[in-house]
Amino acid sequence: MKITEELVDYISILSRLKLEPEERAAMAGELEKIVSYMDTLAQVDTQGVEPMSHVLSAVNVTRPDTVEPSFDREALLRGAPARDSETFLVPKAVE
Amino acid sequence: MELLDLTALQLGEAIRRGETTIPAATQAALDRVAAENPQNNAYITVLGQQAMERAERLQAALTPDSPPLYGVPMGLKDNLCTRDIPTTCASKILGGFTPPYSATAAERLEEAGAVLLGKLNMDEFAMGSTSETSCFGPVKNPRDLERVPGGSSGGAAAAVAAGMGWYALGSDTGGSIRQPASYCGVTGMKPTYGAVSRYGLIAYASSLDQIGPLARDARDCAAILDQIAGADRHDATSVAGPYGNVLASLDGDLRGVRVGLPQECFGQGLDEAVERAVRAFAKALEARGATVEEFSLPIMDYAVPTYYILACAEASSNLARFDGVKYGWRAEGYEDLTDLYNKTRTQGFGWEAKRRILLGTFVLSSGYFDAYYKKALQVKAVIAAAYRAAFERFDLLLTPVAPTAAPRLGESLSDPLKMYLSDIYTVPVNLAGLPGVSVPCGADEAGLPIGAQLIGPAMGDAMVLKAADAYQREVRA
Repeated sequence: MKITEELVDYISILSRLKLEPEERAAMAGELEKIVSYMDTLAQVDTQGVEPMSHVLSAVNVTRPDTVEPSFDREALLRGAPARDSETFLVPKAVE
Repeated sequence: MELLDLTALQLGEAIRRGETTIPAATQAALDRVAAENPQNNAYITVLGQQAMERAERLQAALTPDSPPLYGVPMGLKDNLCTRDIPTTCASKILGGFTPPYSATAAERLEEAGAVLLGKLNMDEFAMGSTSETSCFGPVKNPRDLERVPGGSSGGAAAAVAAGMGWYALGSDTGGSIRQPASYCGVTGMKPTYGAVSRYGLIAYASSLDQIGPLARDARDCAAILDQIAGADRHDATSVAGPYGNVLASLDGDLRGVRVGLPQECFGQGLDEAVERAVRAFAKALEARGATVEEFSLPIMDYAVPTYYILACAEASSNLARFDGVKYGWRAEGYEDLTDLYNKTRTQGFGWEAKRRILLGTFVLSSGYFDAYYKKALQVKAVIAAAYRAAFERFDLLLTPVAPTAAPRLGESLSDPLKMYLSDIYTVPVNLAGLPGVSVPCGADEAGLPIGAQLIGPAMGDAMVLKAADAYQREVRA
């Protein structure tokens, strides 16, 4: 499959990554090589095969429904690049 | 007694018998790290004083009944969270990150008396087969400093090979424990998916990631697995089972064990020296009583594309959490929230991580989802079924770990597809959720280590280690 620079732009926006123009061309070339190889999967007959999202058959693993603290807030905030006494700080997101 | 030549279990025994002390062993390992790390770059963080203080405390609490690995110094791959100790994933984007909790596997080793020497270098976010994508610079193979140690747990394999600790924990998503173990000449094991809790392992591809040991031999791996395996309420994909008795079950007896050799693993692209070594490995298993038979597993040829679609898809989702807000590094000079995300991620991730995020985003994006992601999930089902069928005929499968011994530094990065293809023998094991062990089995003409891979059925962890141990007894005998 052809991977155009426009397609690289589109998935870069979805990924919150910004490539320089020369990087964009290099990435398009590398992705095209890899995706063309991935295209070999079309040779496998998967008619009627259920997609296997997980090797384990376990579903809906739950813990007992009891209230308990999840983690100490201060300990979690300590790792943030910007914070105040009770929350993470980010640039204004809503006008 | 040359402490650094002992296995982890031998050192544990020498400590319990009073033939050496935990501080003496720790100091010996730290001296080796100080001498070798500037060359091979295996450690990102070295805990000198902290390790010595821990060694003194453990020595004071030593009893004749202390557990087998009590007091044995070791290292952890730097994608395993360690409370109050920096954890980087070898990425700039986790700069300054100090986890508030420890991975369950690390905690279980701590409870068993491990001395943590430090955190081990790796490919950025475990993405790579050479340990060259680290933001801290490449790891070099201690057997030949011009060569890569393999990856992504390259620091872990290099450290164990160079005596910079008696064992290490790594993680394996598509071969990241087994392949570096093979390149560095140590024993490395990927347990059955779900046998070891992934809590505190920074995720690359959650449905494939598994924590496991790298050590001097199969017995050490068994002792470590006995300690870290088990269900964990913090990991919903961890599985309860009869763990804890693997070491005790290693008796060297392979009578009646049926070993299958997939023909597809001995064809085109396989280095002759590797083929010879793995076939000699099969002979050694026969000498221990196993029967060996070739069979065909043609679906293997589709494992690499399936793996890279699924691993990248999961990575693009897992790595979305690195946004410069909650932890780690934040870029400067942003204009608004989106710009903060863009600048932090663009400057924080390396090229390989970006390529995999973009690939994953592509295969999950509208219009391509069915042709790539859904198709890969279907092929994964076909692969898993083929392995289940194989294990109706065989107790174990034997393959090479990698097509060649360790390549030269820089050789693989120039051609990513070629690097991906070299994972051919290891990735199907992750797709099918099976246990696999990499066992050193000789060297090529240049003296570089070669590894054989033993694969077992799900929850057959004890069987793969039993066969690995039987081989090691056979060649020592």
